[in-house]
This record gives sequence, structure tokens and C-alpha cells, in this order.
Amino acid sequence: MYQYTEFDRQFVKARANQYRDQLTRWQNGQLPEEEFRPLRLQNGWYVQRYAPMLRVAVPYGEVSSAQLRVLATIAREYDQPTPALLADAQATQDKLGPVLLTGGKSVHTHLTKGYAHFTTRQNVQYNWIPLDKSADVMDLLASVDMHGIQTSGNCIRNITSDERAGIAVDEIADPRPFGEIMRQWSTLHPEFAFLPRKFKIAISGATEDRAAIGWHDVGLQMLHNAEGELGFKVLVGGGMGRTPVIASVIREFLPWHQIMNYLEAIVRVYNRYGRRDNIYKARIKILVKAEGQKYFDDVEAEYKQIIEHDGGPHTITQAEYDRVAACFVPPVLHAETAGAHARSDAQLHATAAENIQFARWLQQNVAPHRNPDLRAVTLSFKRLGQAPGDATADQLDIAADLADTFSAGEARVSHEQNLILPWVRADELHALWLAARAAGLAKANIHLLTDMIACPGGDFCSLANARSLPIAEAITERYQDFDELHDIGEVDLHISGCINSCGHHHSGHIGILGVDKDGKEWYQVSLGGSDGSLLSGPAVPGKAVGPSFSAAEVPDVIEALLQTYRLQREGRETFISTLRRVGPEPFKLAANSARFSVARADTADASLS
Amino acid sequence: MKLIANLSDQTSASALNDVKTVVLANDADPHGVSLDGVQRIDLNFPKFTDGRAFSQAFLLRRRLEFKGEIRATGDVLVDQLAQMERSGFDVAVLRGDQDLGIAQKVLAAYPGYGVGKYQGDAVTIAPHFITRAA
Repeated sequence: MYQYTEFDRQFVKARANQYRDQLTRWQNGQLPEEEFRPLRLQNGWYVQRYAPMLRVAVPYGEVSSAQLRVLATIAREYDQPTPALLADAQATQDKLGPVLLTGGKSVHTHLTKGYAHFTTRQNVQYNWIPLDKSADVMDLLASVDMHGIQTSGNCIRNITSDERAGIAVDEIADPRPFGEIMRQWSTLHPEFAFLPRKFKIAISGATEDRAAIGWHDVGLQMLHNAEGELGFKVLVGGGMGRTPVIASVIREFLPWHQIMNYLEAIVRVYNRYGRRDNIYKARIKILVKAEGQKYFDDVEAEYKQIIEHDGGPHTITQAEYDRVAACFVPPVLHAETAGAHARSDAQLHATAAENIQFARWLQQNVAPHRNPDLRAVTLSFKRLGQAPGDATADQLDIAADLADTFSAGEARVSHEQNLILPWVRADELHALWLAARAAGLAKANIHLLTDMIACPGGDFCSLANARSLPIAEAITERYQDFDELHDIGEVDLHISGCINSCGHHHSGHIGILGVDKDGKEWYQVSLGGSDGSLLSGPAVPGKAVGPSFSAAEVPDVIEALLQTYRLQREGRETFISTLRRVGPEPFKLAANSARFSVARADTADASLS
Repeated sequence: MKLIANLSDQTSASALNDVKTVVLANDADPHGVSLDGVQRIDLNFPKFTDGRAFSQAFLLRRRLEFKGEIRATGDVLVDQLAQMERSGFDVAVLRGDQDLGIAQKVLAAYPGYGVGKYQGDAVTIAPHFITRAA
């Protein structure tokens, strides 16, 4: 992990002090709300439905055990609404009613507190911290080299990457040093503090794109050219929201040391020409779509000037690359690992044969590693009774302990809202499994249906049209049988409470999107989206199956889709493969047949289940 | 950066005649302006959240090597002064309700000024990783 220097530390402290001053001036009436808003947003503070939301930056997802413990402290001591506030919020949400399921069951909103939430951009969010405690929380974060700098606002946001950066079997080059170098370049960049809209960058350093780079404003793919030189393929203009667009390739190859100069050109042209008249048309994807080659030409011309006239001030020197890259070497593990894989393979086989739960966990939650003696293990934060990606204070502390014991003190927040332990010895997998299972973090559902992505939705977010969490819970509740889950196999279910797409519904094999119809909660279901991973194929937005569904219909629609898959599949084909092979029509037919008629809405039909 | 508290302190009309000034709208291309004999360029922030003038200032100062005064006008608030200074502005005319004392305090407390800034800008061209090593 990157090790903060004294400079980095002083900077984050100064930033926390600056924020405290801004907060104080706002509290004193010296800074109007409208002028305070962008300042607090650029430190991660939103004002939400019932309480502020804090988004803590986790650069390219890497987090240490010490940081996890502070995140736990924040959850325990600060993510605490007053009883009156919580009761009032719960009562307001209860007025929306439960989600009625077939068979007479129902799912209610149950607002929780004292937890952190892992986001689709590898950050961590809290939903209850009062603003008058916000400066204290920023100080606490700064004490472990953390902050909320530019996690919101119309500026360059957190740079995300592959959860297996630096450890992937198919690694081309480690993207993390570049993620860190670009993070520093973008931090408080004075010219780009008030862009037309937010700006998101993702970087992949492996053959498989696990960072969804095609879905970002700028996507970076590390690669070598014909001469064997390392560089980036640069994509620009991807994004979700109202107008999902896959990024276009602006540069097939850019030498590695030029990335900041090139980014400067991209962002400067965007800052100058991105639309300012309509916030729904202000992302760079709109500019790229509208101008096409002209935008590309403008960027190349600007880049040329940055290099030839300005002298390429941000050309990455070998010294700076080496300084940063030195932080990302594999850790020295606490005992001799060489040969561990030979010892452990036999042991793993034996243990797995005895214990089907362990075998399933090995299959789903444990991934291969560059170092054959090690594994990447996912701790599952997808379980009944907890919103997807939520971690209680105790769970965060346990995760920190597990990271210390099994993963050299390091974890990663994944884009799928789980935690990865990236340095686990193969011969310690069983011990880790036992410990994780005791903590309820070893559900063997990674990549399966219940490993779904969901945003906080209408229960917390004032932008949402509908609740996402009761829908997620209803589906999770319906699919608790592991045999069935395993039979369905890998499927990406993504749920967003509104078109802002924080739940990445566009890239789900099955997407669920909350829409507002006549002031009530309705959901659009889409099929066939892809995040660009090998399983899913080239990045592409999903397509709606038809008009929206009521909340009660949604679990039945999911069931109908999965049933269609099982009827149509050939061999061990995945859901997405079957969908692509047979086309969406059988699925759409099944989904739309799951709609309730007026009569059926009154008496939930038992034969549906 | 020089802070002008309010418009009444702005260079008077007659003085303006002695200072050849160009006023640019914030969507104007700085490259399209003749800079011959120009001593001052007034750039505009129609809303403080519209950051186009930062790029205009950068281009004028660094790319076009304009040596005269670049002045920030419009919705100029204390909390954006540091970004303006770093982007090449050397004078800022504060919006009427902005407090000069707070402005100076806030400018001095900008994270970059105490400890150094990460990236190069229109004024300090080299980024920290270069200057640190020097």
C-alpha cells in the first residue's frame, strides 16, 4: 500500500483544518448554504434524506487494518442518529408500506445504524453522521491517512481499479502506482475544481477488465506496444445515468510517463467546452458524443501544446515512479510460503472432501493469485438481514483482525461491495474460513445471485425514486438455498434506486432500476448489461424488458428470468451466455408474464412460487 | 494575489483608458484575442461554480505567455481565491458581500500554501515530485 510521506500527512491535516474552518463559518452564518455546499461535497459530505452522508475516499480500493479500525470507530461512535431521528425516519419509511411477496410474506424497511457501506467505486459511506461532527470525523480519518477529498463535487473523483491489482494471474502491469500518482496530481487541482460535472477515472492493469473501464469518463487499460514499451490505451466518454454510453478509444497507445499530461489535455478541453446549461447534459460523454472527432482533435492539439510548449511538466520521472512503486511490492509474509501450495493443495482437497461448505467457499470466494502460494479471498458482505455491502462496526474490526492475521494487514474494497484479502497463504485458507465463518463473513455466494450490487436507495438517499434495499432483501430471502444458488451460477444482479445509477444497474446481467410513477415505487427491469469483464463480454448497457413493475412483482420477475435460463441453457452455460445465445425474447416473455393482473394482485397466487 | 474588496475600488473609468484592458466572456477563446499592447485582461466567473475562467487564465498565463494583469471578476468568493491565484490570476475583485479579512485568512490557510502543492500550475510550473527532489 502507498505509504504517506510527511508531506502527504501535512496536506491531509491542512485539508481537514480548512474544512473545519468552512464548517464553522457556515455554522456562524458567514458562509451561505449554497456556497458551503460545493466545499463540503469536495470533502465527501452530502445532505441526504434523513441525515448527512459521508463518502470516504479509498484510493483504488486499498485499505489497511489500521484504517479499517478507524472506519469501525467512526461507525460505532459517529454513525449514530438520535433515537428520535431514527424513529422518525423509520416511521416515514414505513408509510411507504412493505414489499408484499407471493406466499403472504413481506419485506419491510428496517433502517440500521452504526455501520459503513462499501460502494461501487471502492469507497466507504456512512449515512447518519451529523454535520456538526463532520470536522471531528475528518480529523479522525486524517490520523490514519484517510480523507473525503473530491469524493463528490464537480471535480476529479476517486480513481478506481481492479480488486486484484498487483496480484492478478493475468496481470500486464500493476496499475496501483499509476493510480496513486494520478490521485496526487488530481488532488486539489486548481484549474479543475469546478468542472461542468463529476469526473471518474478507472484503470485496469490486467488482460481481463475487472474495473469496468468502459463505463468511466476516462478508462485506462495498461498494455505493451509492439516495441514492448509499457503504456495506456485511453478511453474517454463512458458513463451511466440517463444516457448510458460506453467509452470510445481516443488513444490506442500512450507511453506510461505521459499519462498526466494527457489527462490534463482531456480535462482542460472538457472544462472549456463541456455543457454548463443543463446538469443532465454536462458529463464528458455528452461532449464526446456531440463532437466526436473534433473533441479527439482538440485533445491531441492541447496535449501537443502541453508537451511542446509547456514542456510536459507532469511527465512522470523514473524516480517518482520508483518512489511510489516501491510501496506496492508484495509484503513479507510471516512465514516461509514457498512450497506452501504443494503442501496445501493436498490438504485442501482432503478438507474440502470432508466439508462441502468449505469446498463451496473455496470455489466461490477464493481466487487464484500471481504467487501460486497465495490466494485472493473475498469476505462476503452479502447476507440476509444486512443491506448488500454494509459492514457493522464489529464486522469492520473483525475484518481488520483477519487482514492482520491472514493478509499482511491489507484489504481491498471491491467494486461489487465486498472486502478482498489479497495476501492469503494457501495453507491458511482453512483457518481463515473458520474465522470468517464464525464472523458471518464466509457465505459462499461470491459471483452468485445474492452477491448483488445495490445502492442505499430511497431509504437513505434523497435522490432515489424508490427503495432498493427491500427489493434486495426480498430477492436474497427468496434465494437462500445454496444448491439452487449454485445451480443458477454466476449472474450479475445490479440494483439502483434511481437513474443516477450508483447501483450500476446498466451493467448488470439483470438490472433493476427504481422509477417514480405517480409518486409510487416502480421498477424497470433490464437484461444483458455488461461491465466489460470476461464473463459478461464487451461493456454494454442492458435493455428494459418492458414497462415497469411494482415492488411486489419484482421477485417474481427475477424468478421467471432465472427459470427461463434454466430451461434454455445448454450444459453449464452461464446466465449471460444463455441470454446472448437465445436472445432476450424468451426472457422478456417470462418476465412480462409475471406481471400481476388486478385480480392476482389481491390474492397472491401460490402456484407462482 | 491582490484582493480588491469591492467594485468601487476598481480602477476608475479614466484610469482604464491608461490601462489597455480586454474583457473576455468566460466562453471566449483566449487564442482568438490579440494581446498586442494589452496590459490587463478581465476574466469572468458568472457563477462561482463555473470554472471555465480557470482554464482561460491558465492558457493566457502559461500558453500565451501573457505578462500583464489577469483579473478575476464576477462571482468571486473567498473560497476560490487560491485556485484563482494558482491558475494565473493576480488580481481578484471580490463580490460585494465578501469579507476582505476572511478572504486573506482563507487564502493563507489553503492546504497547498503551508505545505506545498501536489501538482504544478500556472504559477509554479513543476509538480511537487520534481521540486521535492531538487
